[in-house]
Amino acid sequence: MDVVIWSRIQFAMTAAYHWLFVPLTLGLALVMAVMETLYVVKKDEFWKKAAQFWMKLFAINFAVGIATGIILEFEFGTNWSNYSWFVGDMFGAPLAIEGILAFFMEATFFAVMFFGWKKVSPRFHLASTWLTGIGATISAYWILVANGWMQNPVGTTFNPDTVRSEMASAAAFWEVVTNPVAVSKFCHSVTSGWVTGGIFVVGVSAWYLLKNRHLEFARKSMLVGAIVGLVGSGAVMLSGDSSGVHAAEFQPMKLAAAEGLMDGGNGAAFTIVPGIQVPHMLSLLATHDWNGFVPGINDILKGYTDKDGNWVPSVAEKMKRGRTALDALEVYRKTDDPMVKELARTTYLEPNVQYMGYGHLEKPEDVVPPVAVVFWAFRFMIGLGMLIALVLLLALIAIWKDKLGSWKWLLWAAIVCIPLAYLTGQCGWIVAEVGRQPWTIQGLLPVNVAISSLSAGAVKTTFFVFLAVFALFLVIEIRILLRAIRKGPEVELFEA
Amino acid sequence: MTYAFLQNYWWCLIALLGSLLVALMFVQGANLHLGNRALSDTQKRMILNSTGRKWELTFTTLVTFGGAFFASFPLFYSTSFGGAYWVWILLLITFVFQAVAYEFQNKKGNLLGVKGFRIALIVNGVLAPFLVGTAVGTFFTGSPFTVNKLAIADPSAPVISTWGSGWHGLEALGQYHAVLLGCALVFLCGILGALYALNNIDDEAIATQMRRTVRMSIFPFLLMLLPWLVILLVRPGYAVDASGVVSMERFKYLHNLLQMPAVLVMLLAGVVLVLYAIWKGGFTASRKGIWFAMPGTVLVVMAVFFLAGFNGTAYYPSCTDLQSSLTLRNSSSSYFTLKVMSWVSLLIPFVVAYIAYAWHAMDRKKITPEEIQGDGNKY
Repeated sequence: MDVVIWSRIQFAMTAAYHWLFVPLTLGLALVMAVMETLYVVKKDEFWKKAAQFWMKLFAINFAVGIATGIILEFEFGTNWSNYSWFVGDMFGAPLAIEGILAFFMEATFFAVMFFGWKKVSPRFHLASTWLTGIGATISAYWILVANGWMQNPVGTTFNPDTVRSEMASAAAFWEVVTNPVAVSKFCHSVTSGWVTGGIFVVGVSAWYLLKNRHLEFARKSMLVGAIVGLVGSGAVMLSGDSSGVHAAEFQPMKLAAAEGLMDGGNGAAFTIVPGIQVPHMLSLLATHDWNGFVPGINDILKGYTDKDGNWVPSVAEKMKRGRTALDALEVYRKTDDPMVKELARTTYLEPNVQYMGYGHLEKPEDVVPPVAVVFWAFRFMIGLGMLIALVLLLALIAIWKDKLGSWKWLLWAAIVCIPLAYLTGQCGWIVAEVGRQPWTIQGLLPVNVAISSLSAGAVKTTFFVFLAVFALFLVIEIRILLRAIRKGPEVELFEA
Repeated sequence: MTYAFLQNYWWCLIALLGSLLVALMFVQGANLHLGNRALSDTQKRMILNSTGRKWELTFTTLVTFGGAFFASFPLFYSTSFGGAYWVWILLLITFVFQAVAYEFQNKKGNLLGVKGFRIALIVNGVLAPFLVGTAVGTFFTGSPFTVNKLAIADPSAPVISTWGSGWHGLEALGQYHAVLLGCALVFLCGILGALYALNNIDDEAIATQMRRTVRMSIFPFLLMLLPWLVILLVRPGYAVDASGVVSMERFKYLHNLLQMPAVLVMLLAGVVLVLYAIWKGGFTASRKGIWFAMPGTVLVVMAVFFLAGFNGTAYYPSCTDLQSSLTLRNSSSSYFTLKVMSWVSLLIPFVVAYIAYAWHAMDRKKITPEEIQGDGNKY
């Protein structure tokens, strides 16, 4: 395998691994902030103890999230050298802002939250708990602004003098920050974290109930967890809907792959699983129009007229125009004749620059992502997400109707849903990222030109090093987490 | 605001973040004492918990330093990170282990045991300053890379920045001048760590050990730093003219120092502050040395960055292809990006203020053996 594949595998592994820790951070942050608020408002020591217990689990999980976040940041440079030059003008800014605005907030107030119970006032402590979670959430926003731009590169233009995408005006930054793809991605990711945090709390509480331990703590925690999780589930569905519309608009190939749609059309049907279809549903979801046109994979390859009546060229045509842009770039940079330079830029480069990335492709089929992977990941995400929402709802009903004692099956289901929540999140990112292959930046930069000039062997080596480190940390993290859960609230976690 | 002004402004911010990172690596320096046989286990736990309340600040500064460098001078990020691969990966791995070592080391079921994670922290305590120092050292010695932006149009070899050495960064270990700076930084962080622990922990035995460390580190620190400085001032440097052409200039960095008297003052003031802090911590009963050592370190490191990048100097020179050298002018982000980010940077004082406030609130009560043996949250 070549360096492109190894770089992708390494980055995918790091990102997927990072996303094992982030959702619980986002979700538990909200749960414990709510509990601590109840403590401060109601002056009830119970909520303090409850918040402290979940905070302990939060801290165990938080460390690995931080550790893997920095790897992602560095890997942009170490493994995606061309990418980091090509996008640095736009991508670096959100990353720097993330550091300045979010990470310091998280780091500073995490320390106050974790160690400051006896050192600062209850109000300052409560503020710190909220600020830790808000910091984590703000950080998610900025990194998803960067990710959203890769999916839908707004606000930038290609500059042949510097050979990169640049922000063309200060106002363009606003366009980047309010990119609709980034906004819905942010809502979708953060609220899916609330679902993960919610089901985690509900599941752990369910285990205590099954074991007949810490009953009051478990019931009350479960209530908070179920509410947080359900609010999250509702928001995930809404933002998922707008993610679908955006995919249809900006990344039709991703949508076609997620649907396994070879040939599209008007009033396209939604495939629940192969063989079972809901007529018109896909058109409705993707375009919010009963008869809206949804292109299939073949339509995109051959060219089609989109729902607004505009002709979208075939991939072969885009490749041709992309090569024209690349050739024009070469002429532009090599010639000393200002007339030729101007001609290359205005006549050949600029009209074709939006397809420049296609010029790097070998054949039209290169733009088709692995359909089966995306198709099934999409189905697992939706199916499992709905299942989890149902379990959360039933948990709420059970608490309300006082049925927790008799609905043992629900308690088991809640426990099973914890790993399923992680699987759901992973599936979501597979749809989002595998679904946009081969692009690092949609239409502009495919993976094979985004890399660093390294040998496959070097990246392979670091991949296995990271794999070993990640596996080790995961085992340790789960062991410590399970031990802390087994011991339950108000129990010393440390070795004597 | 002109483009050049913004580029210079961002170089100042990079210098500031880089110097804060070095100053905050007192965490790494203090952690070296986790292997100190003269300290009891409780005392080691006190040190661990003392740095444990600060390590995230150091770590976040590293992340922000990387992010800000990426944002303002992306060609450095793509050239150095993608080229000096092994150096950055090694640095990364030591920091990754550091990040989990605090939370995991005193928990049951952690597989590696207390000792394993302490070793990880000690390795980070040596390697982090050493690698950062050596990397900054290459700002003056140069690295073997070429930059060809047109490469992106060539499908067979599309990468713009390519590294000339198969060692991918480890070749810097053969540049004794860069290595001297790396070694100097290890001892500097050792001193900073000792001064910090002296201030932050209420324990006489630890205080005695820390003072001893400060006294013992002076000689090796100066033995590394002074030769580095002398060689820097006599070595030829990478000058860049107004049209962007890079050439070698004899005594370039000495010229920079003399032509930028403010930098000379910064450097001298910084050195004096650090030496004063060493004297205070090592030879008097005062515990406040750290409050002089950190600003001193910031001044010295900023001066080093200014020597590397200002006054028509290529801050990340290529020793194999002079014209590929990175300068503040040819490696920065666009005018609008720098401008937008400059507005954001106005929030930095606010961030520093709340960090200082939280730090003050947390450190009002010094770390005591009772806190480590009590039942509150701790590492």
